[in-house]
Amino acid sequence: MLGATVREAGADDAVSGVKPRWVALPETVEEVAAVLRACAERDLAVVPAGGGTKLHWAPPPERCDVLLDMCCMNEILEHAAGDLVVRAQAGVTMDALATALADKGQELALDVPFAEGTTVGGTLATATAGPRAFRYGTARDLLIGITVVLPDGTIARSGGKVVKNVAGYDLGKLFTGSYGTLGVIAEATFRLHPLPADRRWITAELDRDELPPVAAALAASQAEPSAAEVDWPDPAGPLTLAVLVEGTAAESRAEALRGLVGKGALTGEPPPWWGLISNDDVLVEVRFPATGTRAVLDAVAGTGLSLRGSALSGRVLLESWGAIGEPALAAAVSAVRERVEGAGGRVSVLAAPYASIDRWGQVSGLPLMRRVKEQFDPGRRMSPGRFVGGI
Amino acid sequence: MDTLVAALRSLLPYDSVITDPVRLRTYECDGLTYHRATPAVVVLPDTAEQVARVVRLCNDFSVPFVARGSGTGLSGGALPREDGVLIVTSKMRAILEIDLDNRRAVVEPGVTNLAITEAVRDRGYYYAPDPSSQQVCSIGGNVAENSGGAHCLKYGFTVNHVEACEIVTPDGDLVTLDRMDPGYDLLGAFVGSEGTLGIATKITVRLSRAPQTVTTVLAAFESIEQGGQAVSAIIGAGIVPAAIEMMDALAIEAAEAAVACRYPEGAGAVLIVELDGPAAEVERQFAQLTEICSGAFELRVAADPAERAAIWKGRKSAFAAVGRISPAYIVQDGVVPRTSLPSVLAAIDRLSAEHGIRVANVFHAGDGNLHPLVLFDDAEPGAGERAEVVSGAILDLCIEHGGSITGEHGVGVDKSRYMPRMFSEADLDTMQLVRCAFDPRGLSNPGKVFPTPRLCGEAPGVRKGVHPLVESGKAEQF
Repeated sequence: MLGATVREAGADDAVSGVKPRWVALPETVEEVAAVLRACAERDLAVVPAGGGTKLHWAPPPERCDVLLDMCCMNEILEHAAGDLVVRAQAGVTMDALATALADKGQELALDVPFAEGTTVGGTLATATAGPRAFRYGTARDLLIGITVVLPDGTIARSGGKVVKNVAGYDLGKLFTGSYGTLGVIAEATFRLHPLPADRRWITAELDRDELPPVAAALAASQAEPSAAEVDWPDPAGPLTLAVLVEGTAAESRAEALRGLVGKGALTGEPPPWWGLISNDDVLVEVRFPATGTRAVLDAVAGTGLSLRGSALSGRVLLESWGAIGEPALAAAVSAVRERVEGAGGRVSVLAAPYASIDRWGQVSGLPLMRRVKEQFDPGRRMSPGRFVGGI
Repeated sequence: MDTLVAALRSLLPYDSVITDPVRLRTYECDGLTYHRATPAVVVLPDTAEQVARVVRLCNDFSVPFVARGSGTGLSGGALPREDGVLIVTSKMRAILEIDLDNRRAVVEPGVTNLAITEAVRDRGYYYAPDPSSQQVCSIGGNVAENSGGAHCLKYGFTVNHVEACEIVTPDGDLVTLDRMDPGYDLLGAFVGSEGTLGIATKITVRLSRAPQTVTTVLAAFESIEQGGQAVSAIIGAGIVPAAIEMMDALAIEAAEAAVACRYPEGAGAVLIVELDGPAAEVERQFAQLTEICSGAFELRVAADPAERAAIWKGRKSAFAAVGRISPAYIVQDGVVPRTSLPSVLAAIDRLSAEHGIRVANVFHAGDGNLHPLVLFDDAEPGAGERAEVVSGAILDLCIEHGGSITGEHGVGVDKSRYMPRMFSEADLDTMQLVRCAFDPRGLSNPGKVFPTPRLCGEAPGVRKGVHPLVESGKAEQF
């Protein structure tokens, strides 16, 4: 009746410790809709999953009856190379997408700093962003159309496959970063960029105090870096800065930027840690305006957490190299939050195996967010409890 | 209404509440003069708190309200309600903060788009989205309409350059929507919602670093097909110019008549291509571009800012210039995938011939955003109707080719009836969920964007005829 394959769930299917009863494996948008309609009729709670690389992020769901595994929706539906647009099903992995696009000399300029297997849908649902957000924006900026399935099985589309389009509300923005709490992302259309003719990295070791002025100079530079990443594995020591330059004159522009940094090596390859996360059992995201860089570095210094991320677009991730206990993490998060919120930033605990951590901190507009949730999912059946304010 | 006006007068200075019928008529339309309605009352608040109080009053009296910036919109998005309050933001035009260290500015909604750039240009920065009306249009209106401009091919639209908005929600609360905040991207949903989700009262925009080099090229082709091929070849070569604009012979004729822009004589199409960025990169791209445009019979390169302005002058004045060659015209705004441009332009030509209506084409070729100017003589019986038919048929063409019914002007009141052609009932119902979350009573700019919104709280489904609640007088269908 559903059309979709459904199997009984095993222990491996648990979402942050909550074991579903069934796993549904739809292959089409219509099958997703059929599954959600059936769940609605039986009041079953649903958690959508892509590659599962970030399924342990966010608090555990209040309940989970059905895990909606999107792995079978893995087709690239349309790559209009001349229009620099691609439409793909949510279960397509970012790697597969990149490979297909590279064949035509194009790319989705959205770096995904996670393990292989991460999908289009999961990337959107968690609004992850990597190094080049400084130049190209984040997932929401590159997404131009979306097909979603609402908890009652309604299939809805917004946007389209043209870059310039202002007809109707932009549901794509709303679903990007919604953590599966509003419905299921089934298909997405992105604007693409031509693969850069050339790439160069400048890598240099800096003291903590040296970074803020260097980052400011890079951001203001007319040599236009695409990204500048910082790796600071041990906040007692120095940090490594790597700057990416892309384009037809990468070499000469990189030289100009090396002048700004004052030192460093020029390479055609990124450093091995570029745009990656080593371990995300505990993962904290810090977002901040450019002038908050110093406050962020100072705040992280005493916490025992390591830092990696963008010095230019104000988004870094804090990881824990060894085990970190609940009280220590809570203390670290509130210490960072105290310094960073004062500088206009925000701290979100993306992943942590602890229930008591305040994951999101202050959220303005929460009453409006609750009303959006209430409209889209009045039965609280989509990933309940996994998002801000217990949404 | 009289009680409401009295209450408004107790909130605002006497001059800031307009009820004089003659003065009210100043506000009866926006840039799309085709639709007119005289508002019951106009208010000009000075502060966000005043806007919030006005909106709360409207709620108390169950009266709809419409926000208006400079009134340059071209879709009737700021068309007033005869039974409602028009909230004009023209007094709220302070630049509150310029923070170059964080590359941002905080401004009030009535500030003009260009004023932001003017405030930071000397220090090497600018605000990137540049609608043609940038000298007069307000940033609040830009946020409402998610405005674009010639340079959004490379730099994106308003939504990509707004960091935060303080808004007055439709029930009168002041709320800040910030990109930095965790949670749903309400800011993304708000930008481009055409005043139906509330009113922006403070806007934080991103400032961009001025590029090291700007090279503006005008290429004249014998035919529009050749121009179109050049556009495809530029994109195919991996170049993303800051702008690629195209004008056809009729549009050139109009621009020539109005501003004597001195575009090459006899051109079937001119292309304006602007490259910007690091000098070394622009230099190489320019070499590629010259090769791609080798079929052009004339290639002009602006040697200085004055020459650049001269090249842009014809393009920027094209809409108004058409008034020189036609007594009346409709400015259409549709989008097609770039690769469909040749077939869509040919189809527009056929429509034009078929209906005896001239169409001048001026458009953002880089992103497929067409602005056909449908020309007619309003003194000629039936001409207006034929122009309407052609204009609507162009939108159908856009939809057929997988495009959009609006690239930058918005849906407003003018195109709401086309929304069901582009979106299914389920799509529109889903968009209504957002509306109901923000504006459950449907008081914020009702009648815009959506043809027939269902009532909030009503379960979606097939509905025919007048809603029973409306029929019984228990609810109003906005």
